[in-house]
Amino acid sequence: MLKEELTIIIKELLPNAVIEEAGEWLNFSLEATEFKQAALQLRNFNQMPFDFLFCLTCIDWKTHFTMVYHLRSKKTNDNIVIKVKLNRDIPEIDTISDIWRTAEFHEREVFDLFGIIFLQHPDLRRLFLTDDWVGYPLRKDYDDPINMIKL
Amino acid sequence: MKTMVEEIGKTVEGDLIINVGPQHPATHGVLHLVITLNGETIKNVEPHLGYIHRSIEKMCESLSYRQFIYSTSRMDYLSAHINNHACSMVVEKALQIEVPARAQVIRVLMDELTRIASHELWWGAMAMDLGAFTPFFHAFRERETINDIMEETCGARLTMNYNVPGGVMADLHPNFVTRVKNFLKLYKLKIHEYDELVTGNIIFQNRMKGVGFLSAEDAISYGVTGPAARGSGVSCDVRKHFPYEIYEQLQFDEILETAGDSFARYMVRLREMNESIKIIEQLIDMIPEGDFQAKTKAVLKLPKGEFFQSVETARGELGVYIVSEGGTTPYRIKFRSPGFSNLSALNHMATGEKLGDLIASMGTLDLVIPDIDR
Repeated sequence: MLKEELTIIIKELLPNAVIEEAGEWLNFSLEATEFKQAALQLRNFNQMPFDFLFCLTCIDWKTHFTMVYHLRSKKTNDNIVIKVKLNRDIPEIDTISDIWRTAEFHEREVFDLFGIIFLQHPDLRRLFLTDDWVGYPLRKDYDDPINMIKL
Repeated sequence: MKTMVEEIGKTVEGDLIINVGPQHPATHGVLHLVITLNGETIKNVEPHLGYIHRSIEKMCESLSYRQFIYSTSRMDYLSAHINNHACSMVVEKALQIEVPARAQVIRVLMDELTRIASHELWWGAMAMDLGAFTPFFHAFRERETINDIMEETCGARLTMNYNVPGGVMADLHPNFVTRVKNFLKLYKLKIHEYDELVTGNIIFQNRMKGVGFLSAEDAISYGVTGPAARGSGVSCDVRKHFPYEIYEQLQFDEILETAGDSFARYMVRLREMNESIKIIEQLIDMIPEGDFQAKTKAVLKLPKGEFFQSVETARGELGVYIVSEGGTTPYRIKFRSPGFSNLSALNHMATGEKLGDLIASMGTLDLVIPDIDR
């Protein structure tokens, strides 16, 4: 499907979504409060259910965090990218691990490396690092004088 | 990580907690599974990761666009060439570099050789996990031939580092075509042994059939890709759905099985090797003449924006996501590794089955631990 057609469909489904022009696929951002509801709508969208979450990650922009969700509809092979801006002091967002099961692992990874709190996550613990690790390594202000690799 | 005391706190009387790994021959790497057992039945499988976590994503933030490609060889070391391919492609996409036809064909040839080598190793290791030692030597006989081809052209047997933005690092070795043809002959002569040794073996079939069932819906929900998902009937081959390089012009089938058990995943991989052979046969006599590398600037600067590229590795869909601020190094880089998502389905697959069956489920997921931990 063309990006323009997809834009019209998404605009109809999610009137609050702010569409971004750039990017290979359709990018749009949502508020953290309405994200969970929108995710459910996209997953259960009859015309093209976005049933495959193929990437979940976070970007630290120094002033705020952006959660990035890459979704694909297996029915039509269309990709969309959802972005959610998070406050840097209180980085909290609803979990989507009950909608896409793979998110349980991915959210634990993001919690481990970025310190994002996923509300109602069934098992939010560090995944790679030890429990007593201090700080979140993929944040831009993280500094470790011993283990840091810089060129 | 959860302490043992916390883990025991959840269990009821009669439950037993055992550790598989981090040093265990069946995990093929440093994977640590904490398993809750009731009798011999698995109640819960909890992977504890991070034993080989190097934070490649953080490292890449201080590497240039020419350098970061090489760190990805160390992720999924069995599809090193395909990982490099994905990274080169995302840089080319961002800079709109046209890759010469010769380089594209070389890349695809190398990808498919890598895929065969990876599946060969998996086949030998898988049979060894289930108690058959001989297949490992049979698999390595063919795999060594591929490694020798790689060594001659790329200069390395495992971490090839042959792809650069714009093409490949060096031209093919003059012996390449002859050696690949010899390999094709050897493969066709020997492939029937695989079926005779393992596939048709009734002991092996009994240990695989109906074990580690994964439905198509669950495979999609858990983000499972590659042969593991195709064993459940989910069509997900990136080469077919989002063709890159010259895959669109090639004749090959996407192998699908519908049973969803370990045997189906086994059959998918075995038959996928034949498809790779088909691709190599189509290309080996038609390598176009010309440049093997496009002319690029010495220092690469990606424009501001976000770039994503997926490729089909031997294990599934690898995605490389780059966020660029316009500099010479990535602002943020994320590798969507197939092993990580595939592992997330393990608990679902193994729960309710016997402990011995876990090895078959784990083996057919084809986990490579550095790919999971990154």
